[in-house]
Amino acid sequence: MPEFLQQLLNGLSLGAIYALIALGYTMVYGVLRFINFAHSDVFMAGAFIGYYLARLVPTDTLFGGLAVLAGAMLGCAVLGIVIERFAYRPLRGAPTLNVLITAIGVSLLLEYSGQVFFGAAPRTFPPIFPERIFTLAGVVVSSNELAVILVAATLMVALQFIVHRTRIGTAMRALSLNPEAAQLVGINNNVVISFTFGLGSALAAAGGILYAMNFPSIDPLMGVMPGLKAFVAAVLGGIGSIPGAALGGLVLGTVETFVGGSALSTYKDAIAFAVLILILLFRPGGLLGKSTVEKV
Amino acid sequence: MRFLPKPHLFLLAALAAAFGISHFSDRIDPYYLDVMTGVGINVILAVSLNLVTGYTGQFSLGHAGFMSVGAYLSAAVTMFLGPALLGDSGGTALQQGLLFLGALVVGGTAAALTGLLVGAPSLRLKGDYLALVTLGFGEIIRVTFQNIDVLGGALGLNGIPPYTTIFWVLAFAAITVFVVLCLVHSTYGRGFLATRDDEIAAEAVGLDTTHYKIVAFVVGAFFAGVAGGLYGHFKMTITPSGFDFTKSIEIVVMVILGGMGNTIGVILAAVLLTLLPEFLRPVAEYRMVIYSLLLIVLMIARPQGLFNFRFGRRGRV
Repeated sequence: MPEFLQQLLNGLSLGAIYALIALGYTMVYGVLRFINFAHSDVFMAGAFIGYYLARLVPTDTLFGGLAVLAGAMLGCAVLGIVIERFAYRPLRGAPTLNVLITAIGVSLLLEYSGQVFFGAAPRTFPPIFPERIFTLAGVVVSSNELAVILVAATLMVALQFIVHRTRIGTAMRALSLNPEAAQLVGINNNVVISFTFGLGSALAAAGGILYAMNFPSIDPLMGVMPGLKAFVAAVLGGIGSIPGAALGGLVLGTVETFVGGSALSTYKDAIAFAVLILILLFRPGGLLGKSTVEKV
Repeated sequence: MRFLPKPHLFLLAALAAAFGISHFSDRIDPYYLDVMTGVGINVILAVSLNLVTGYTGQFSLGHAGFMSVGAYLSAAVTMFLGPALLGDSGGTALQQGLLFLGALVVGGTAAALTGLLVGAPSLRLKGDYLALVTLGFGEIIRVTFQNIDVLGGALGLNGIPPYTTIFWVLAFAAITVFVVLCLVHSTYGRGFLATRDDEIAAEAVGLDTTHYKIVAFVVGAFFAGVAGGLYGHFKMTITPSGFDFTKSIEIVVMVILGGMGNTIGVILAAVLLTLLPEFLRPVAEYRMVIYSLLLIVLMIARPQGLFNFRFGRRGRV
């Protein structure tokens, strides 16, 4: 039983990170109907910004850690808005395939520029929160894992508030429902789309920092796998659905941790894709999504 | 639709040219031979992906996965079956050639079967989803090879016999171009173009679009497998990580740069992109940065591809 609880805790903590990244995919999909491949590299950029900021603040204090987190989120929000402005906006209204290829191009650009600027070798991410480890009912609990779950939960509640209780959030939902009609009632679509990219990228940055806290080795390609898995989580929950992305992330993180602890551990990286393929075949709308019929 | 009047003659001419070049290969600098081999393999990969992405409009990010299936299976044939079939002496050149041809066909067929397995469920999806699923399948193929100990696991397979010569590469490049062009310009092949141009309209006039997509996918996978076999017997060593996502992207860039659905342009792009790193050795670390910038700028400024000169007809993707 302690074994099971231990794996469950590890899985939830990993799943919370996937959920944070998945939220960005889902929000961008909601307003623009395309998969932002570069999102996983914004996640990487968040970890690197955190790495450099951590040198500037006093380490091992709660305040320093939160400052690093906030700084990285701000930096990535700007990065996300810049990417949207220069790479995606010129293609508004272009065929899906063109936008998709551009997104892959942006993703590769960030990864390989990262390799040129930061070097390809992995770096050790410094501890930014004071870490304490204690045992609870036979389960080894690290304060970092708790911090991950706590920060992720706070951010998700904040996001839920922004989307459902603010003017800009209402505009986001209107845009995702019908872009033309949103424009007719006076919503500035470009502003809303920029805001969505900023918000999603900030969440990805938080995910990057939390990921780097638990797996403290960062490199320019670190975003690829978590990014793909978070995307799977978004599809699993139902792409375009914010609670779905959170649920999908938690489910995927837990499943992956349990498989990693079993005899099939070498297939751990393939599990997410197997889940993706199954979900797309049997319930393409996702767990919480609604399936739509394509109309001419 | 303009197409060469007698394609079979051109195929024969190309095969004869391949034979002629291989006859003089002793007198060509080995460095140039190596570069030419690399160019030929990339032409096969790009032209076969062009059938899937360019002509049929299905964006696949798993081409390197099919390549790896072909590479591993054909290497297994020559390494494990070869000694038993050829005996201790190693066999004559003709026997070796036949064994290699058999190995390539086995590799291509295995890749085609994998393509069928991957394509049948995933080709019902569109655009972004299809790209992600093919990428996922590519990763699953890679992880599977990493876990097969007979094939070297994560360390890869070493000591593959160097059977790939310039003749095989050029001959198979010619065959790939011939098959793809003939297929696309046949009555049957109009189905591919219809599927790409407007899937709903194609379905409305009674075309089974899923069928066309799967056929394109399987044929593309077959030639990717052959290219993998040629690659393995050229480099003499293969690892699962050599066929990852980056390799697939490289092939995609060739297709997009050449102009989707424009075979001549895609061949030119494959040649250019294989030669470019040779000239850019001093700035090798910027190669992928340049690739990615190229993708973005092309999609914004010239989505029909760099080598697509069909004026008056807008390039469509």
